[in-house]
Amino acid sequence: MNRRKTPRSRAPKGRSRAALGPRKVGPENFKHMIRVTVNGVEREATVEPRLLLVHFIRDVLRLTGTHIGCDTSNCGACTLLLNGRAVKSCAIFAVQADGGEVLTIEGLAKDGKLNPIQEAFWDNHGLQCGFCTPGMIMTAYDFLRKNSNPSEFEIRRAISGNLCRCTGYQNIVKAVAAAAESMRSAKVTVTARRR
Amino acid sequence: MLLLSAFLGDETVLVCQGFMWIFDQSNSMIPRQFQYVAPSSLKDAVSLLREHGEDAKILAGGQSLIPLMKLRLMSARYLVDINHIPKLSYIKEEKDIIKIGALTRHAEIGASKLMKSKLPIMLDAASVVADPIVRNVGTIGGALAHADPSGDWGAIVLALGAELVAVGPKGERRIKAGEFFVDTFTTRLGPTEILTEIRIPSPRKKSGGAYLKLERKVGDFAIVGVAAQIALGDGGICVEAGIGLAGAGPKPIKATLAEKALIGKKMSDESIKKAAKISAENTDPPSDIRSSSEYRKAMVEVFTRRTLQAALDRMAQR
Repeated sequence: MNRRKTPRSRAPKGRSRAALGPRKVGPENFKHMIRVTVNGVEREATVEPRLLLVHFIRDVLRLTGTHIGCDTSNCGACTLLLNGRAVKSCAIFAVQADGGEVLTIEGLAKDGKLNPIQEAFWDNHGLQCGFCTPGMIMTAYDFLRKNSNPSEFEIRRAISGNLCRCTGYQNIVKAVAAAAESMRSAKVTVTARRR
Repeated sequence: MLLLSAFLGDETVLVCQGFMWIFDQSNSMIPRQFQYVAPSSLKDAVSLLREHGEDAKILAGGQSLIPLMKLRLMSARYLVDINHIPKLSYIKEEKDIIKIGALTRHAEIGASKLMKSKLPIMLDAASVVADPIVRNVGTIGGALAHADPSGDWGAIVLALGAELVAVGPKGERRIKAGEFFVDTFTTRLGPTEILTEIRIPSPRKKSGGAYLKLERKVGDFAIVGVAAQIALGDGGICVEAGIGLAGAGPKPIKATLAEKALIGKKMSDESIKKAAKISAENTDPPSDIRSSSEYRKAMVEVFTRRTLQAALDRMAQR
């Protein structure tokens, strides 16, 4: 992690610093210092504007759970949550995440216990080679928060931006449905206990 | 290549060359270097554009721009990120005009109650643009300014008779959707202008609209997409008709002649069939990897018919 003191930027003529966006660093390659909260931990780095978010996550932070599949924003393997919504991190620059919050597959398990979606993928054999799985799970995570009781059709639509080259869709759909159910019943138990 | 063109025709070779060019560059999925600026007001954004002219590109959702930059089919020396400018993302109705901020994401349009009750045609489009994850990021303004001839929103704004608001150094101006699209990936927007708002006249009571898209798989651009919005007067006479076509030419097309054929007539199977025929006859769609020109033309007719019928059905449900 680059934590060195940042040199003053060279602003182009006649342009106030404010208009150039926050914390611009160094004239060489016009790097920016960015601060992103990843899985609850604040991380800082000096990056080139052209660095993609997925490369920042994988190569700079070494969180390699997020995969790169097609690199052309078709396959969804690189899906993660940025400020609460699922995005394809190969089609977003790291500088755009400055000041934001990122959740990756590594951030789902809590205290050594898998997230219900991860659990459901395991139980239902929702993965074959596993390459698309992090993206599938992050998409499902976003989707199930908006729709806690989805139909099979809705699940299929929700994961239509994620490709599984093993064509293991049947079990992925089953896994998402099972996750929805276990999350619903967990909620009921929690509310019952509170009462 | 010359030999190839003798066998395959120039267009096919052009496509092949395009692919080979992409493969040549394929060791690099990293964009060329650029400077990133994130102004916090429209005024600053416009003056940045004025300063850098053609060297600058606007970054909205970036779901077309960033992949194109990665393929190095497009590059910019300055990327002006407008996502930090407040008040560019909204959906509201004021004085019989429905206003959509240019930075509104496709997913937000799809979830809008106002759209659901007033302009369900917008929900049709918002549920078929790209794929669900791209829709979380991509913006309506970005899609319109990108002006892909197969893009969904182009057909929609043409059918709805929308106006597009652009802000530049001289202030604000409004551009009619019918005049907005100039050619493939080319609009009336000047290099120093930013698209800020889409204004759609609130639909009349007795009106309905629909958008149908033919695509091979989720995430594709339309082979053909047809948007239609119609309003009926007394006795089922059509008083307003708007038809927009995606994928049917070098740019999104307003099917003016088909609209004229409907207005003033009673809506019937016959009139719908006739309008669909006219709409197809007056297009000259391109052939590309997705489909041949002939197939597109045939599908313009089929989809115009189905869309008009869907618009009528929707009106009946209201």
